[in-house]
Amino acid sequence: MISFLLRRLVTMAVTLFIISALVFFIIKLPPGDFLSNLIQELRAQGDNAAIAKAEFLIKQYGLDRPAWEQYLIWIGAMPGPNGFSGLLQGDWGWSFEYDKPVVDVVGDALWLTLLVNLAAVVFIHVVAIPIAIYSATRQYSIGDYIATFIGYIGLATPSFLLALILLYYLNRWFGVSIGGLYDAKYAGEPWTWDKIRSLLSHLIVPTIVIGLAGTASMIRRMRANLLDELGKQYYVTAKAKGLGPTKALLKYPFRMSLNPFIADIGNLLPHLVSGSVLVSLVLSLPTVGPILLSALKNQDQFLAGFILMFVALLTVVGMLISDILLAWIDPRIRMGGAR
Amino acid sequence: MNTLLRTRHYVDPSPFDPGTTEPIGTENEDFYRASSWQLIWWKFRRHKVALAAAFVLLAFYLMVPFVEVIAPYNQTKRNGDFLYAPPQGIHLMHEGRFVGPFVYPYKYSFDIETFRRVYTVDTSQPQPIRFFCRADAYEFWGVWNTNVHLVCPPENGTMFILGTDRLGRDLFSRIIYGARISLTIGLIGIAVSFTLGLFFGGLAGYLGGWVDHVIQRMIEILRSLPELPLWLALSAALPANWSPILVFFGITIILGLLDWPGLARAVRSKLLSLREEDFVKAAELMGASKQRVIARHLIPNFMSHLIASATLSIPSMILGETALSFLGLGLRPPVTSWGVLLNEAQNLAAVQLHPWLLFPMVPVIVVVLAFNFMGDGLRDAADPYH
Repeated sequence: MISFLLRRLVTMAVTLFIISALVFFIIKLPPGDFLSNLIQELRAQGDNAAIAKAEFLIKQYGLDRPAWEQYLIWIGAMPGPNGFSGLLQGDWGWSFEYDKPVVDVVGDALWLTLLVNLAAVVFIHVVAIPIAIYSATRQYSIGDYIATFIGYIGLATPSFLLALILLYYLNRWFGVSIGGLYDAKYAGEPWTWDKIRSLLSHLIVPTIVIGLAGTASMIRRMRANLLDELGKQYYVTAKAKGLGPTKALLKYPFRMSLNPFIADIGNLLPHLVSGSVLVSLVLSLPTVGPILLSALKNQDQFLAGFILMFVALLTVVGMLISDILLAWIDPRIRMGGAR
Repeated sequence: MNTLLRTRHYVDPSPFDPGTTEPIGTENEDFYRASSWQLIWWKFRRHKVALAAAFVLLAFYLMVPFVEVIAPYNQTKRNGDFLYAPPQGIHLMHEGRFVGPFVYPYKYSFDIETFRRVYTVDTSQPQPIRFFCRADAYEFWGVWNTNVHLVCPPENGTMFILGTDRLGRDLFSRIIYGARISLTIGLIGIAVSFTLGLFFGGLAGYLGGWVDHVIQRMIEILRSLPELPLWLALSAALPANWSPILVFFGITIILGLLDWPGLARAVRSKLLSLREEDFVKAAELMGASKQRVIARHLIPNFMSHLIASATLSIPSMILGETALSFLGLGLRPPVTSWGVLLNEAQNLAAVQLHPWLLFPMVPVIVVVLAFNFMGDGLRDAADPYH
């Protein structure tokens, strides 16, 4: 188990390293950058003090150096103008647009992003497992057909369109505004019990919207898995020996069918994070989604790069956790090598 | 031994009819003689929902070359007197009497108190809709100048089936024009991703060794990345001074660029498992060359699976374009796609007052659902021998 863990951690580190190079390449793709655009603008205005400041920033972040050096400085693998100070050292860079350190700009958004995604994962499991068990044990019943149908709709309805529709109808019918993650009056306030309550009530709609597609695919897969297991002889034997239906179900086939379920978290996460970014934009949730969009539009490179790294980290760590869980539950995985 | 066999090529090039050596019963003759594509079609045909979905898609795609003819208005035609006009109902009965499809004209007034345009329906005089008629002029396929439309608004009247937008452009016509872009972007995107997937998956499955290893790691890394943030970043990198056509191709390539890993993985695993099959071994033992094994035995066997999985990934492309354009990072006006149309619905205040701006999401959902249903049917039918 230890060697399995170590191997997975090394793979993850390498993956993150490659992703960081990819992310840096992508944020460097657009011609020009925020500061040189700014300097041109300032030159036109003749604001010398501001130009001096922008030029200082260029020096400060080594933006006058070749791209590969900039990359190494950014991740903290090479000393920059002020020593080793990059992602590895916990320095996330400077947001030129906000004129603040990236860490201050993203702030709570990181935790809220994590929270929204975690809530969606929990929602998917809590909803999908019982429905899948119901559908599989009562195959071809009306409830099964309804679940399958809703599953199809959930799979095909794009989450951001669903968010738009909900935004419109909830406002129209109930007068509730579901935008944001807490009432406007709590913005910038310290975390109090009331604010947390407001947060939780605002979390319901985004969680459902983000989790719906994942729930649908989970139900489908789990139902198929469970149906396979239910046809096997050990289940028939267990029932024939007089084990109650609930116990016979939960003790053997259910556990067998859970296996791919955990492995699926890894496949699910990238889609979930994608969906949460998009839905955040529509519902104007204070997650990293809206910040990312404006950072990309303004070529605020360190901010955009950091957020891209963060969402990648979210999925990569999620996959690691699902792998560890799987290895813990199913010994065949860690015995048979990493894959 | 291999070289020995290859020198003596035993594959008879003339067509071989198994029926000559071992006659088949007459009742199942059709089934045994059918080609695998025919079997796939027979199996697919039984899947009624998938078949219906296929017809829906066929209808949508048949519309694509003829949007100018089908749309009652031109996509850029501005009706300055009818900004944000609500949908105009099409009626058949006037005062209890059948008069054929017609619309009631709009009377427009300005509400001084709310500063909103108010459209009232004048039900006294029905205006019949015209068919195969002349209205807005357009250049058909960039060659012919004509003004023939399938349906046109009444003479001196209007016909806004789904209302108009902030510039008074007919939403129904714009949705039809948008279909051209939104539907083709999925096909071009899947072509890009299909080519890449076939290439990398084929390389990995065929060469094996370190190439396989590198490609597998590449696939894993790309699959672990959330697509949308990367799409956003890549489309933000498209230069702002590109022409709309270049942006269109840029977006398509971006969509295809991140989609291939799934297909490549399918190709690789299919190649690996098929290589072990008895019929491949038999072909090799009979001295068939590598090209022949690949072209005649391997590709036909996994092509149907590939087409099925490609069909299932078209919706994600269409949705990707819609999402990007909706956020303002994808296609830009004057190009009209469903995402560009939905971009106007981003402003919640506008949607509250003019809910018909949300309508472009209906064709998006219908097409995505249809592709999903058809893809499911294809996937079930892809292996007709089981």
